[in-house]
Amino acid sequence: MSTQADTFQHDFIRAIYDHEDESATLAQLTQQPGFKVYRNTVIKASIDALAANFPSIVQLVGTDWFHSAALIHVRAEPPESVCLIEYGRRFVDFLRDFPPAAELTYLADIAHLDRCWTECHIAADERALEPAQLAALAPDLLLQSVLRIRAGVRWHWCATQPAYTIWDANRRQDELTQELNWQGEGALLSRIDGAVVWQPASLGMCVFLDVCAQDADLQTATGKALEAESTLDVAALLGTLLAAQVFAA
Amino acid sequence: MKAILGAGLGLKPQHFDQALQCSAVGMWFEVHPENYLMAGGPRLAWLDAVRNRHPLSLHGVSLSLAGAEPPDRQHLQRLAALIARIEPALVSEHLAWSTLNGRYFPDLLPVPRTNAVLARVAANIAQTQDVLKRPIAIENPSHYLRMDNHGWSETDFLGELVSRTGCALLVDINNVYVSAHNLGYDACAYLDQLPAQAIAEIHLAGHSIDEDDDAHLLIDSHDAPVIEPVWQLYRHLLKRIGERPTLIERDDRIPDFSELLQERNQAQEILMAQGVMP
Repeated sequence: MSTQADTFQHDFIRAIYDHEDESATLAQLTQQPGFKVYRNTVIKASIDALAANFPSIVQLVGTDWFHSAALIHVRAEPPESVCLIEYGRRFVDFLRDFPPAAELTYLADIAHLDRCWTECHIAADERALEPAQLAALAPDLLLQSVLRIRAGVRWHWCATQPAYTIWDANRRQDELTQELNWQGEGALLSRIDGAVVWQPASLGMCVFLDVCAQDADLQTATGKALEAESTLDVAALLGTLLAAQVFAA
Repeated sequence: MKAILGAGLGLKPQHFDQALQCSAVGMWFEVHPENYLMAGGPRLAWLDAVRNRHPLSLHGVSLSLAGAEPPDRQHLQRLAALIARIEPALVSEHLAWSTLNGRYFPDLLPVPRTNAVLARVAANIAQTQDVLKRPIAIENPSHYLRMDNHGWSETDFLGELVSRTGCALLVDINNVYVSAHNLGYDACAYLDQLPAQAIAEIHLAGHSIDEDDDAHLLIDSHDAPVIEPVWQLYRHLLKRIGERPTLIERDDRIPDFSELLQERNQAQEILMAQGVMP
């Protein structure tokens, strides 16, 4: 059932987002100079939230370009959550399909890694699996173990571009000092003692984690990882993942 | 013994260490709960640490109590969990709306004060207080628009919400000053019409002049020190109602902690001059 207040709110929001809308019921409000205060605040706060959540994209494309792109996205997809740190779930796909970004083919992957950072940052607190707990298992039991990945861990494989190197430099607000090697790269992010830390991830590591995340045992995960990366050193991989506190206790 | 809340400050991440160490008498801090509704992580750990040293207030900006929809149940549950975790001294929200059909429009949007809206806001406040198991204080927003269809003055509307729901009031004196300028009413008379007993908290902030000269609008921008006329209104209100927990808000162009502390100390001195504060 539509109420008067409902209609008022719908008209108000339509007028906020559409300057051309001359809805008769709201004309008395939209024609006042004060209306733009609300319009500006809603749009600016949404764009500011996207900028805060995607600092590597801002660093990479500059404030003006980011602002123009974000404005289009903000108008199409207002925040769903009142917790603005969660805003931008669809911004990654938006950038992937955004015609002016067609030449920046890595942009969506960079945005995805910013999103991964936020998800690690706000994830539930969980104790990490100690290496000794794993070492205590007999080899056959170890292979049958299902290791659960901690909430504050994300990984991403970008098959065709050096997304990790580009993201890492921009996230640290640093210049890209090294020559880019134009091949696939992956990233592993993990929140350790309250801080999100990251390191490069190989295809084998990413496949291993994908399979672990589906509640498969270590034997299965290892097998799939080796299929993807035949030279993978599985013992070294486990050591790296344990040190990065990837698994939950 | 319950801590006596004097003058407090909005908690900013960049001031975390100084806030933690601050030992000013009567000090407390306020945050927007929306920044702390996550499952875990360092932000919540910071908040826990500050809470171990100081009383905290949760000042919501997005429950959309003046909206046509009831408060979002998941949002209320998350807020209740945060309240259980940090046991805030005060919990407040706004007489405004900001959500519609699952979307969040990050501002405090206005609504005509009609009987129908009054009933809806009262129901939304009651539902919120039921879930949170405590009364909340409702803040008067800043206004930029004249609306022909108000059936109630804002002070009567707020007073009626107090009667119907048992909620408290948060009086933002800068908002009164800004709105009185923008809509052309007497800020002093507005403050005099508010029910004294219901006022649980006071906000003080700075504002700015709209860039559009022709608009003659003041903007509640929280990006400047409190101006003298707002301090005068503050003294005027305290003279009638007695001392109340008072917050200095600064959300943009944030200066050093020491500068904010100085402004906060000015409010604390005014509170102490009322004779009851320690």
